[in-house]
Amino acid sequence: MSVKPARALKSRHLLGIDPLTPGEIQLILDTAEQMREIAKRPIKKVPALRGKTVVNLFLEPSTRTRFSFEVAEKRLSADTLNFSASGSSVEKGETLIDTARNLEAMEPDFIVIRHPHPGAPHMLAKVLKASVINAGDGTHEHPTQALLDALTIRLRRGSLEGQVVAIVGDLQHSRVVRSNVLLLSRMGAQVRVAGPPSLVPLGMEKLGCQVFYRMEDAIRDADVVMMLRIQLERQERMNFPTVREYYDLFALTPERLKLAKKDCLVMHPGPMNRGVEIDSRVADGPQSVILEQVTNGVAVRMAVLYLLAGGRGEPVTD
Amino acid sequence: MSRLLIKNGRVVDPSQKLDEGLDVLVVEGKIARLAERITDKDAEVVDATGLVVAPGFIDVHVHLREPGYEYKETIASGTRAAAAGGFTAVCCMPNTNPVNDNPAVTEFILARARHAAAARVYPVGAISKGLAGEELAEIGEMVRAGAVAFSDDGKPVVSSYLMRRALEYSLLFDVPIVDHCEEPTLAGRGVMHEGAVATRLGLRGIPAAAEEVMVWRDVVLAELTGARLHVAHLSTAGSLAAVRQAKAKGLRVSCEVTPHHLAFTDQAVAESNYDTNTKMNPPLRAAEHVEALVEGVLDGTVDCLATDHAPHHGDEKNVEFDKAPFGIVGLETALPVTFDLLVVKHRMPLSRFVACWSTNPARLFRLPGGTLKVGSPADITVFNPELRAVVNPEKFFSLSRNTPFAGKRLRGWPVMTVVGGKVVYRRA
Repeated sequence: MSVKPARALKSRHLLGIDPLTPGEIQLILDTAEQMREIAKRPIKKVPALRGKTVVNLFLEPSTRTRFSFEVAEKRLSADTLNFSASGSSVEKGETLIDTARNLEAMEPDFIVIRHPHPGAPHMLAKVLKASVINAGDGTHEHPTQALLDALTIRLRRGSLEGQVVAIVGDLQHSRVVRSNVLLLSRMGAQVRVAGPPSLVPLGMEKLGCQVFYRMEDAIRDADVVMMLRIQLERQERMNFPTVREYYDLFALTPERLKLAKKDCLVMHPGPMNRGVEIDSRVADGPQSVILEQVTNGVAVRMAVLYLLAGGRGEPVTD
Repeated sequence: MSRLLIKNGRVVDPSQKLDEGLDVLVVEGKIARLAERITDKDAEVVDATGLVVAPGFIDVHVHLREPGYEYKETIASGTRAAAAGGFTAVCCMPNTNPVNDNPAVTEFILARARHAAAARVYPVGAISKGLAGEELAEIGEMVRAGAVAFSDDGKPVVSSYLMRRALEYSLLFDVPIVDHCEEPTLAGRGVMHEGAVATRLGLRGIPAAAEEVMVWRDVVLAELTGARLHVAHLSTAGSLAAVRQAKAKGLRVSCEVTPHHLAFTDQAVAESNYDTNTKMNPPLRAAEHVEALVEGVLDGTVDCLATDHAPHHGDEKNVEFDKAPFGIVGLETALPVTFDLLVVKHRMPLSRFVACWSTNPARLFRLPGGTLKVGSPADITVFNPELRAVVNPEKFFSLSRNTPFAGKRLRGWPVMTVVGGKVVYRRA
């Protein structure tokens, strides 16, 4: 049973996966599949967002996501403005609300925000006329990452329904795991998570997953293994003894990967800490779809921008 | 001097086990007579038909912010907010700038109060110098200057040694030691209650255990010392269990609960989409804790209610949730929030409700008031148990507007507040 796509998105913001219905998720993924084709054309551009202005407000370091959004915006013919914390008014002590209001005075249509604090996009959405897209808010959500992960699985497997997806690593500090658990469980996948007990947040299972402490129990017979980066910069205090011991217990090695299904996909949202949570032989191995994830990221972000701009589920033409 | 006659009200005074229709005559700032159908030609007459007439409500946990943070609140504005909320007296916490850790600051507060306050002000002195948690402040000197209790509120007394000494030393004056119970290494940099809601919102959690560990420690020290321990803003089921056990043992342990910890769960943070007016310390707790707190108020384990009125400027709150200061204002919403919840919804007897806001705090903090006995100061709270109104922060007397109750329709509003025989508030 596949989910029927919604005809349009209800909200003009994308603040997280949590507010989305399965139909809306399906609509975004279906639209993203069409968007993939644009990248294969000799002229990789459609006029869908011509005359629209997008501000990329990145207040936390990011390479992949920022570039991915920018490419997506440009392929849709939007005008883009890039803002980063260093060398900006933020360093002079301006508050987020004031920064956003000033940007809004220039009448952008979209604000794509990456921010170290959970809820920052929600705060902007309450006061701005522009559509707000959450490109990662602290340890809360990263909805376009989960959408691109879902698209990657779907393209390889045809459907998310019934897929056994194991997500392993620093669950406490990961926005990727929150968005992925919400999305995948909503779309009928069976989600397992594993990590050191000291990095499993309370009530994690209520997001829609089964919680394991031992990695082996989570990845056994899995269709997909998704590794999370150990977020050394977000550990206020050490929550596990050493990186060495972490590798020992939680890294995805070729030996461990054998526990999963033979054709199990290996995913990672990047940036990878090679030799910490993932062994290079796996990261670069035949089961890895890590670079496909990056490619699909552009298509998903194009779909999100297109749909939030009022696009409906019909084919994109030029 | 003026005479005031409050006629036809329902007088609820737990200190005299009174709950009946009586007139109250106030002469020269004191309760002169309580009887049916008093007539007095010279008195200003107030018709209190349908209203409850109670001994003045006392809020033992308020931050008046003066000296030092007058842009958030002053003794004048805070006590006006108190009067408008039905309070005739407040105890103000010492985390001002400079800290109220010496008699000069205590005297300053009392001098400002004499000059500008609408309600009585009872300073709470600091336990430790500068709230640094290291050396005892001059508790004796501050008692002499007028401090009624001691607390490092806003911060816990981390050192168990210092807490023991503070409790022991307090025996000399028989004043309560009020602790903000929070084990800081467990609380970490948390911003809301640790649990499923925090996990979903990606916010760092403050576990219930951070409070409970400290409450249990304090109970142990209260037993060791025999001193009077008062647990400020108690917020978890486990803390309540500790207090219950202490009381069963006959220890001199008491506690307060705030209106917001009874009225909201941690779900409010999610429902409000990270509204910083749902951020306070201790944080709004999960439903099982809130249910236990309501139960504790109803069964009497909780001695009194207190607001933890914590004014902050709008600019300070209009930032990311992580960055916002903890705390909300409470004086002007406390009475209807708790009346609506406890008396209307949970059918708490009115006399017990009045005791929680008046008689009990007066007894625990040894304050004048909490009674309408003839001869006592005429501190009177009159409220309308039927009046329904919507909370409008724009109309607050407080300088700050940081409330999660904005827009809520509540029942049971104060209509007149009398301090020492003088009407300090009358609802328009």
